Amino acid sequence: MDWVFLDIGGWANAIVDYVLDNFEPALDGIADGIGFVVGGITSGLLAVPAWLLIPAIVLLALWRVGWRFAIFTAVALVLVLQMALWQQTMQTLGIVLAATFIAIAIGVPAGIAMAKSEAVATLLRPVLDLMQTMPAFVYLIPAAMFFGIGAVPGTIATVIFAMPPAVRLTNLGIRQVEREFVEAGLAFGCTDRQLLFKVQMPLALPSIMAGINQTVMLALSMVVIASMIGAGGLGNTVLTGIQRLDVGLGFEGGLAVVLLAIVLDRITQSLDRGGGFARLRSLMSRTRPGEAAASSDPATAHGQAAAAGPDEAAKRA
Amino acid sequence: MAEAERTGQDLPRTKVELRHVYKIFGDRVDDAIELVNRGAKKDAIFAETNATVGVNDATFEIREGEIFVVMGLSGSGKSTLLRLINRLIEPTMGEILVDGKDVTKMSKRELIALRRRDMSMVFQSFALLPNRTVLDNAAFGLEVAGVSREEREGKALAALDAVGLKANARSRPDELSGGMKQRVGLARALASEPTILLMDEAFSALDPLIRTEMQDELVRLQTESRRTVIFVSHDLDEAIRIGDRIAIMQGGSVVQVGTPEEIVLEPANDYVRSFFKNVDVAQVFRSAHVARTDEAPVIGPGQGDVTAAVAEVVEGPAEVAVVVDAQDRLQGLATPAALAGMPEGASPADVPTQAVEPIRADTPLTDVMRRVAEEPLPVPVVDEDGRYLGTISKSSLLATLDRAG
Repeated sequence: MDWVFLDIGGWANAIVDYVLDNFEPALDGIADGIGFVVGGITSGLLAVPAWLLIPAIVLLALWRVGWRFAIFTAVALVLVLQMALWQQTMQTLGIVLAATFIAIAIGVPAGIAMAKSEAVATLLRPVLDLMQTMPAFVYLIPAAMFFGIGAVPGTIATVIFAMPPAVRLTNLGIRQVEREFVEAGLAFGCTDRQLLFKVQMPLALPSIMAGINQTVMLALSMVVIASMIGAGGLGNTVLTGIQRLDVGLGFEGGLAVVLLAIVLDRITQSLDRGGGFARLRSLMSRTRPGEAAASSDPATAHGQAAAAGPDEAAKRA
Repeated sequence: MAEAERTGQDLPRTKVELRHVYKIFGDRVDDAIELVNRGAKKDAIFAETNATVGVNDATFEIREGEIFVVMGLSGSGKSTLLRLINRLIEPTMGEILVDGKDVTKMSKRELIALRRRDMSMVFQSFALLPNRTVLDNAAFGLEVAGVSREEREGKALAALDAVGLKANARSRPDELSGGMKQRVGLARALASEPTILLMDEAFSALDPLIRTEMQDELVRLQTESRRTVIFVSHDLDEAIRIGDRIAIMQGGSVVQVGTPEEIVLEPANDYVRSFFKNVDVAQVFRSAHVARTDEAPVIGPGQGDVTAAVAEVVEGPAEVAVVVDAQDRLQGLATPAALAGMPEGASPADVPTQAVEPIRADTPLTDVMRRVAEEPLPVPVVDEDGRYLGTISKSSLLATLDRAG
């Protein structure tokens, strides 16, 4: 095999060594920052007793999705509690939420940049492919080398694995905004920034929310794998089950992951319907000044009402 | 509405002027420009450079306060032309002057100021933002211009009021019918009180009844406060209904600009002629265009005397004579029976007249056809001061319809 002259593995090692030798303060800073976010969310979740947190999540499910799903959520969470996996589940949830938060904070702006610039899109596309298709275990090695073991490298590996859908669907959502909306924005004198925040982002929101939902789901699946570098949580339970060939323990850990996945999926999916936000917004706007004038009696509101024609008349009636 | 222009008062000043404007789409625009400068035709340019000439040497003026309709089939470049005016599409070459200032040379900042202050646009598929209420949609232009909430909502409500939708201010666009949506689109365009309104097939997505209603609404809004409206349409009846002047586009070129009557009477080429073939001529023409002065002799001070009229009516081909006063105002008709008894040298005042309800000059032909058909005698046409302009008879009416059809 003497035709092998490219030592790609060697280069990867060299790069990791170089980063380790030269960027330690930066790495420590990143570790501290992420550690703060993960630790904060996780200890926050654990600080609330289960008998308080469960009703809170059930109420959220009731508000966002519906009473049937609220019952499911209640049963699922009680089941988790009964399997004595509450602490592990909250640890996992903490890492998932932290990773999702970081992935959105990086991924949505990256997606916007891709939508705005063809060059950025061309550059980022293979990077996203790499992040998504590189076997997840491979992230764990450099993550562990840079950040040691524990929740921080676990979160970083999870962010890398889970971010691409947020980037891709933000990009797609903005690009799919219909031309006439963009033209309308520009024709009424939007600056680039106004066009983005007043026209493109609101119209791309369903797509962006779908990306965030996918990010949450991918984060959950990665968190289990990240337990191999000590991320903790439900992954540990599964890992212990595998190591001891304890089918029952493995099943309990797996079931808790699935239940958490379903609850997270349905709740994040409901966000893109926007119903709740719109409801809240319209509730707030009801009390704004000008409303009284706007909603004055339709019959007297305007003399032209008669000329408005059959469609309007029908709508008003 | 259109009457002021049609009856020909002082021409208003030029609001928008296009000078040799081109838009070329493709990768090899520079090569195409060179070919254009050498006078190559659109097809030859496409064959050689694969570049499409979307707008080809457009040069015309739009007057302040008129409704100027750009007509053409799909692909004729009319929507592109409209977007060149507010630079949603960048022109390749040429000058576009708005109030004397060249839009093509404006910086981004100036352009945004122009769009916020002077120009707004109405779209075929409405383009209302679904996440905003009707009021917030109507206030959109003012919002991006940085107008305070109180002020912009006041103006937006006034604009919604003008289109009859004040009561729906808190609705969402998806709760409205198509006609109502476009009223919101119109209100959004009017809220910033622009001097120029760009309308891109604005009523084409509406069903015919609502479309006619919206056309009337636009014309009504123009009577309340005159803006310069540039209206793109593929619907000829629409163009004739609302347009003070029409530009006909064919394959990217503006082939003719004129009033509907001018275009019907003298189409620039066969394309325009075939375009106007099925048009309802009775809608295009107004009574003043059809009235003839050679059908009936006129009797009155400063006009023909009684003897000549008697000769024409009693012995000649004319069916009736028209009697006017010193100011040319119509007094009535003199029938052959009345004229037959006139002594030689009688004065106009002696002629017994038969009262008649005249037709106003600006009445569309559609509205006078039945009247003319039922009257046994030619019907006189008068202007708004009651001055006699001519007569319309069955035969002259038929001749007009035939000539234009």
